[in-house]
Amino acid sequence: MTAPLLEVAGVGKRFGRLTVLDDVSFSIAPGEAFGIVGPNGAGKSTLLNVVNGVLRPDGGTVRFDGADVTRADAAARCRAGIGRSYQIPRPFGGMTVFENALVAASFGGGHTGRAAAEAAHRALETAGLADAANTPAGSLRLLDRKRLELARALATDPRLVLLDEIAGGLTEAEVPALVETVRDLVRAGVAVVWIEHVVHALVAVVTRLMCLTYGRVLAVGDPHAVLADPQVVEVYLGSTIAGDDPVVEET
Amino acid sequence: MTWVNAVVQGILLGGLYALVAAGLSLMFGVMRIVNLAHGVLAIGAAYLALEVADRLGWHPFLSLLVVVPVMAAVGYVLQRGLLDRALRGGELAPLLVTFGLAIVLQNLLLEQFSADAQRLDVGSLGTASIRVTDGLSIGWFPLLSAVVGLLVVAGLGQFLARTRTGRAMRATSDDQEAARLMGIDNRRLYAIATAIALGTVAVAGVFLGSRTTFDPGAGATTLIFAFEAVVIGGLGSLWGTLAGGVVLGVAQTVGAAIDPAYGILAGHLVFLVVLAVRPRGLLPAAVAR
Repeated sequence: MTAPLLEVAGVGKRFGRLTVLDDVSFSIAPGEAFGIVGPNGAGKSTLLNVVNGVLRPDGGTVRFDGADVTRADAAARCRAGIGRSYQIPRPFGGMTVFENALVAASFGGGHTGRAAAEAAHRALETAGLADAANTPAGSLRLLDRKRLELARALATDPRLVLLDEIAGGLTEAEVPALVETVRDLVRAGVAVVWIEHVVHALVAVVTRLMCLTYGRVLAVGDPHAVLADPQVVEVYLGSTIAGDDPVVEET
Repeated sequence: MTWVNAVVQGILLGGLYALVAAGLSLMFGVMRIVNLAHGVLAIGAAYLALEVADRLGWHPFLSLLVVVPVMAAVGYVLQRGLLDRALRGGELAPLLVTFGLAIVLQNLLLEQFSADAQRLDVGSLGTASIRVTDGLSIGWFPLLSAVVGLLVVAGLGQFLARTRTGRAMRATSDDQEAARLMGIDNRRLYAIATAIALGTVAVAGVFLGSRTTFDPGAGATTLIFAFEAVVIGGLGSLWGTLAGGVVLGVAQTVGAAIDPAYGILAGHLVFLVVLAVRPRGLLPAAVAR
């Protein structure tokens, strides 16, 4: 048993009277691929925001690589090795694709000069965006914006990447290439926490799955076992489940 | 020939306005702060240069060696100590804080230096000129200030386009939260941006104070011209600010050629027309966005 890379313990978060996260605990080993599913409003994105420091939890702790980072800000956690891609891509629209990755490599990755440029190129290569390097990021179409989110997260040299619905909004034909990219990432030893409604894409990559509902952990463990859990079927998959390969698209 | 002369003088004056406005444009482009203390800070820099020139017997341009670093340091501290807090208070707070700062600074200057008009003495450079033709001669001083204005704008443009810190400023300007997730410490970055902005303000102040007389109240006019240059050019765009400065300068000199009393008014009128016809400015969102 190796020491966990990420350890979330008893995290709670309220927005006013609404409890979004309630005593959430889980941990991830270095290099592990971990999936999170749950109905809309279950607190999945909020959980990622607490992990990468955009939000402070009201209670509980977040430990990364043995250090308590609960109070560290997002920039510090990025430099420590937590990368994040957004559900709705947020490129720096006034800059080129390459410059987007370069900023991430320079600051998050701590590279300078030629090393920064090389790290940015590698990230674009991995994310499948090398050909679009000189395109203004604001003019990319959705698939490439999602790739850019991934590339920027990668350029920060992360040991843990948080992916928020990167397959959401893509066509069925576009999903496999993205799944392959995430798989490459995991093969390269980067731990992944992946929120996704496109469940078949998720199950193809992750080794453990957690189902979150109303801010609580409903089930966690082997992906197939979690998806077969009657409670999970009831609250999340519901009647939309069809056959062995459930696809639940966000509406 | 009068018209050619008016346009040429206007373009040179525009270069000076761009020099004055560059810092205002940078602060708005990077942090979305409209710094209402910009004009008073420029006048403050002119007084600082005056002190250095008086006490050490230095030429005003040589005093820049002291004034620029001092103003840059003031900018760094101002951002860390005051404006960062103001930014956390929403969009209106920085406007109110810099407005208050302008009043405080103006009165401090009044207290310290009295309301007497002062002038930085640049010697024969102030009056020397190159005669091009009979009706057209170009003064060395206006030419120098326009060249410095151009260099400052071009230098800032290159800084934003090519350096690590400059790219981080553009990224933060596009999306502050996403920039933090790329590991960018925006407080440090903002402090650097304000330091650079006030460094350019220092240069602008010395040129302004050498061109005409100034007193503690001159900050208001300075701010208005800088603000008009920035808005005409397009908010947050540095090259736009240069274009805006030139448009404003030409409007003023051509207006003054029609009737000496109409110079300033013509500048304001052009500003209003641009606001009405192209509210986003001539070159919106080009460099600093």
